[in-house]
Amino acid sequence: MKLEDLKKIREQASKDMELRQKQARVKIVVGMGTSGIAAGARDVLKALLDEIAARNLTDVMVTQTGEKGLASHEPMIEVHEEGKDVVIYGNIDADKARKIIAEHIVNHNPVSEYVIEVK
Amino acid sequence: MDDICAHITDVVANSVSAGAKKVFIFLEKSTIKNALHLKITDNGKGMDEETAKKVVDPFFSTKTGRKVGLGIPLLKGTAETCGGYFNLKSALGEGTEIDVFFTLDHPDLPPIGNLKDTILILTVSNPEVDFLFNIKNDVINFIFDTEEIKGLLDGVPINSPEVIKFLTNYLDEHLNFI
Repeated sequence: MKLEDLKKIREQASKDMELRQKQARVKIVVGMGTSGIAAGARDVLKALLDEIAARNLTDVMVTQTGEKGLASHEPMIEVHEEGKDVVIYGNIDADKARKIIAEHIVNHNPVSEYVIEVK
Repeated sequence: MDDICAHITDVVANSVSAGAKKVFIFLEKSTIKNALHLKITDNGKGMDEETAKKVVDPFFSTKTGRKVGLGIPLLKGTAETCGGYFNLKSALGEGTEIDVFFTLDHPDLPPIGNLKDTILILTVSNPEVDFLFNIKNDVINFIFDTEEIKGLLDGVPINSPEVIKFLTNYLDEHLNFI
C-alpha cells in the first residue's frame, strides 16, 4: 500500500467533493484538552472517525477543541447541525460515540440520556 | 496521561490553540542509544520568555477561568523521573519547540501507546494544519507528511470518509515497528 494510491481515491471522488465538505451538514467537536485526553477523548475521536468511514458519512466533519471548563464531564462532544440547537454530550466513551452517530447523526434522534446541555 | 501518545496529543492541542499551521513531530525509539526522544516543533504564536518559564509550573495556565494547566508539567515530570530531560524553547511570533528525552529501559517509562490512532486523529480532526511525523527506531525511518498527502489528494479533503479509511489502513500497514 503506497501513498500514491491516494490518487485513485481522488479520481474516484466525485467532482463536487470540495463543495460537499464546505456544506458539511454536521460538525462534531471533541474536547481534547488535557482533562479530555486523560479521560479517553482519543478513543472517542477514533470511534467517530471509524463510524464516519464505515458509514461513508460525507456530510459529517469531526474537529477538536481545547478545555471547556467542565472537566468532570469529559470526554465531551458537541454536535453542531445547521439550523438546530447545539447538543452537548458528556461522559462519552467509544461505544456511546458510536451510538450517537447511529441515533443522532444518522436517524436524527439525539441520545437524551447522554445529553448534558442544549444551547 | 497514561502513555506517550497522550502527551503528544496534548502538546499538539496546545500548538493548534496557539494558531500553528505546521507541526513537526519527531519520535525516535533507540535501543542502541537506550533512549526515547520526542521533539515537537510548531509555528504557532509562541510565548515570551516569562510565559515559557511559567508553563512548566503546574499552577499556571493562560486559559481563562482555569488556574491550573497540567499537561506540560506532567510531561516534564515523567521525563525527569525517567532519567531524561525536558526543554522548552519558544519565541514570540515564531513558534514553540519542546524537546523531551527519556531513558528507554527506565521502569517508570510509560508505554508509547497507539501511535497509529494518534496520527490519524490529529491529522483528520485538524484538517487546516499540516503535520509532519517522523517516527523511527534503530532500523526504520517512517515519514508521514500531510502536505504530501494533501498534494496527492488535490482538493479532496483529508477528512473525507474514503481518505480516513485509506489512512487507517496505510498506518496499520506501515507503522508496526514501534
